[in-house]
Formats: sequence, C-alpha cells, structure tokens
Amino acid sequence: MKILALDSSGLVASVAVVEDDVTVAEYTLNHKKTHSQTLLPMLDEVRRMTELDLNSIDAIAIASGPGSFTGLRIGAATAKGLGLALNLPIIPVPTVDSLAYNLYGNEKLICPLMDARRNQVYTGLYTFKSDMFVIIEPQCAVDIADIIDQINEIGREVVFLGDGVCVYQETIAKLTKVAYNFAPSCCSRQRAACVAALGEKLYQAGIMQNAAQHVPEYLRLSQAERERNQKSEEG
Amino acid sequence: MDKKDDVLILAIESSCDETAAAVVRNGREVLSNIISSQIELHTLYGGVVPEIASRKHIEKINQVIEEALEKSGAALEDITAIAVTYGPGLVGALLVGVSAAKAISFATGKPLIGVHHIEGHISANFIENKDLEPPFICLVVSGGHTHLVVVKDYGVYEILGCTRDDAAGEAFDKVARAIGLGYPGGPKIDRLSKEGNPDAIPFPRAKVDGASFDFSFSGLKSAVLNYLNSCEMKGLAINRADVAASFQKAVIDVLVEHALHAVQEYHFQKFAIAGGVASNSALRAAFEQECSKRKIAFYHPSSILCTDNAAMIGAAGYYEYIKGVRSGYALNAVPNLKLGER
Repeated sequence: MKILALDSSGLVASVAVVEDDVTVAEYTLNHKKTHSQTLLPMLDEVRRMTELDLNSIDAIAIASGPGSFTGLRIGAATAKGLGLALNLPIIPVPTVDSLAYNLYGNEKLICPLMDARRNQVYTGLYTFKSDMFVIIEPQCAVDIADIIDQINEIGREVVFLGDGVCVYQETIAKLTKVAYNFAPSCCSRQRAACVAALGEKLYQAGIMQNAAQHVPEYLRLSQAERERNQKSEEG
Repeated sequence: MDKKDDVLILAIESSCDETAAAVVRNGREVLSNIISSQIELHTLYGGVVPEIASRKHIEKINQVIEEALEKSGAALEDITAIAVTYGPGLVGALLVGVSAAKAISFATGKPLIGVHHIEGHISANFIENKDLEPPFICLVVSGGHTHLVVVKDYGVYEILGCTRDDAAGEAFDKVARAIGLGYPGGPKIDRLSKEGNPDAIPFPRAKVDGASFDFSFSGLKSAVLNYLNSCEMKGLAINRADVAASFQKAVIDVLVEHALHAVQEYHFQKFAIAGGVASNSALRAAFEQECSKRKIAFYHPSSILCTDNAAMIGAAGYYEYIKGVRSGYALNAVPNLKLGER
C-alpha cells in the first residue's frame, strides 16, 4: 500500500511517500518559512522527483496533534483538501507517538518533549519491547516537572527528544534522577516517514477517517475557552 | 456562450467567522452559495475569537465545499479553477481556506487564484446587477473595513479614502454592546433604530482634516459612551431606541456625504455599496434617496451577498482568471493585504 504522510505540527515541515516497506521519498525542512509556504511546494517537489501518480495513493497519514495550533491546521486543511479531491481516507497519527517512533527498537524509556509554552510540554512515555511499540503514558499536555516526576518514579534510563529538549534542558538536568541522554539530530524531530510507518499500522487496525471528519487533536482548549471556564468555576 | 466554454469557479472563503464555498459560472451566475456561520459560537464571547473561528473552519471546510459542489450540479472535474480569499482577515482563519484550496488545486491540476476579500465584496455587485460594469465608485463598509474606492476596471482599484480608526461596522458592534444589544451589533441596531427618533440626540459627524474622503468613527463611539455615562450620572432614563437611531443616523450621514461627494467630484454616474454594513436598511434607503435626487445609478448586493460569502470570491476570481492571474502553491495568507496589491 502507498501512504502519503504529512507533518507540520512543530517547527519542522515534513512530507513522505512510503510504499509497503520502502520510503520512496522524504523531504524534511526545519527553516523559518511558514508551513503555508513550504508544505505544498515540498509535496509538489516530491511528486515531480518520484513521478508520483496521486491516484495511486491509498491513504493520507497526518501528524494529527498535538502541536502548534496553526501548524496543525495547515497540515489538516492540506490533508482534507487532498482527501476531498482524491477521495482518500485520512489516518490520524498522534504527533508524540510518531516522534517516539524515531527511536524504533530502543528499550529505554522514550520521552518526546514538544514545547507547549507556559512551562508545559506535549509529551508521553514510550518504549519498545523487542519490536513492540509500547505506550506507557499516552500523549498529553503537562508541566515539564510532572513528566520528569513520572520518569523518576518508573526509575528507568530515559532518552529525551523533540524541540522541547533545548527549551527545558536546565530543568531536565535539575530534576531528572535517572540516567538520561538526548537523541541525536538525525532522529530528534518530527519526520513524515515515521508518521507513515505508524500510520500504516493504524490503517491495518482500521483507524482512519473520512477527510471531511478529520480535525486536529489540540489537547488544549483555546485561551478564550479556558478563561471562560475559569470564570464560570470561580463565579 | 457555448456551454463547454463556461468558466466555473469553485470559490472558498474563510477570512473571519463564516466558512463558505460557492460555484459561480462566468463570474455572474451563482450555481451554489453555501455559508456555515459561527455567529452563535462567538456570541458567548461578545465578538469573534480567532482561535475558535479557526477551529470551526477546519471542522466545516470539506462539508461546505462538498455541499457547494453538490448544490451546483457540477462535479469537481467540471470546475475550471479554484479561487480563495487569501487576505485580509484573521490569519489562522484564512489559512484553513488557503491550505484546502491549494491542496485541491494541486490534486486536480486546476489553476489557483488568490482573491482579495474586499475585491470579493465589491464584485458581489456584479452578481445581481448584470448591467454593472466598471468604472464606478464603491463604498465598502463592514466590521473590518470602511473604504471608498474607484473601481477603474475589473481588479483595478484606486482607494480614495478609508477609516482612520474604527471601521463603520466595528462602531456598530461597540455601540450595540454599550447599550446592551450584544453581538453582532449591526442588524440589532438597524432593527431597534426603527423604533427610535434619529434626531433625538445630536451626535457628532466627524471629518478628517485635509482628507475629505477619509472617515473617523471613534469620536462618535466615544460621544455615545459619554452620553450614556452622563445620563446614568444624572439618573436620567436612557431611550435605547433613540440612542441607536441617532447613532446610526450619524454614521449614515457621514457615509452618504463623503461617498456622494466623491461620485460628483470624479464625475461618475454609477455608485455601489458593499460589505456587511451595506445590508443596513437605513443606509440603503438614504443612498437610494440621495442617488435618485442626483440621477446617479445606485447598486447594492442583496443581504446574503453582503455578508461574507464565497459567491463574491467566485465573481472576483472569475475576472482575475480571465486576466490570467494565477497563484502558486506557496500562496500564503496575508492578514493585512492591501487592495490592489498581490
């Protein structure tokens, strides 16, 4: 089967075409231009370089969140437009899961950290048991201290990765009581090939949506909704 | 025109709080015009919340486009080109429509045309007024814009004046909130004004020194707030209908005076209004009366084409399409896009 995968959840824009067990193309950019200016031109380049027939694609896998709200929507709207025009289903792949999938086969604790601002991270805890992908703590938005507490409690060696690492390096050094290290740059950020690989597993398990149904998983309310809820709790 | 030469534009608009799609034939015939409004959602907050608007757009976008295609009787294959609003507006909201439109253009190989939102509003006039052709003068009045524009040709504009502070529609919203009418203010003030005396309270008619076609509404808004405060201090009862009617009259007097001054100074015979505030019944009546006195042909879109919609984007997109305008896959949302710029 042929999967087109997109990830624009963070600073990285990434596009991949994966057919069965072959990554036919992957184009990843970590540059200041907005995803609105890069994502589709990148996909166009991939199409031209691989002579991709869009009608041969079976499904679109997308990093469905969490992440930058605007980034998620650029990806989602792109996937939805493609899905509408090509009549394709969308496979929503949790962003933090697909980040963890970078470290395939690693039997340490895997802790992706995406900076969510306000001292929070989008994170989760994962590991591989032989080749089984195990989700210990599903993706969530929490204080950086909370996830480190949980790691200390589990008491296993941990690998951190993601764009939250550089933001919270000091906090990690101060609070982490187990042995830890950071993933190298080749596997420390979002990659669409990981979204596709995990997407294929979800697809086989029947997890997919009609393009019209798909919406990002923000893991957070908008600020206006949070403030409104707070007021109604206080009042 | 032979049917196979028909130009069908699939148009998408998501610049503020309406998710909209339409199919327009040859720029002037609306085959479908679907609008999913979020007004109720934002009423809770007293105005449009950008993040909530963006989230709603992504929920609705495909449904609205699919419905527009279905209602039009055209399949996606029959469409000639895709037009989309890329500014001005709320950036997060615009990006939903822009990203979806680009993806559809990419997947189908059909040309993409980025359209200016205000150009859309102006072009709404072409839909129901088949005889209207440039040049003419257009007053664009909405919640975000107050522009007096010479439409020299299709897609060619000269801006004569605009607001220095609040847009006309913004002033309506703020005054509506102050007298407890809530959001959206325009239609509510329009309705209440019918029960009030427009000459009850002498609110100011502001002019901008040295710029006779520019507008300023913040002073008027302050005058209304001051009036309300002073009544409260003196313990006087406030007649909300009189306040609404007097405020509305003050806005309309200024809009009519500046617009018709421009029409006469530049010797035009045609004048049009556009934008959300263009559906205000008193504004229309005032222009109808003043234009007929001066023998100026007066044009306005029907109410449904005054609100944000995609049919108007399809009309504007058509004229850009036949001029050869095309946008690339790097098209971005431009929140403060100027009219006439690309």
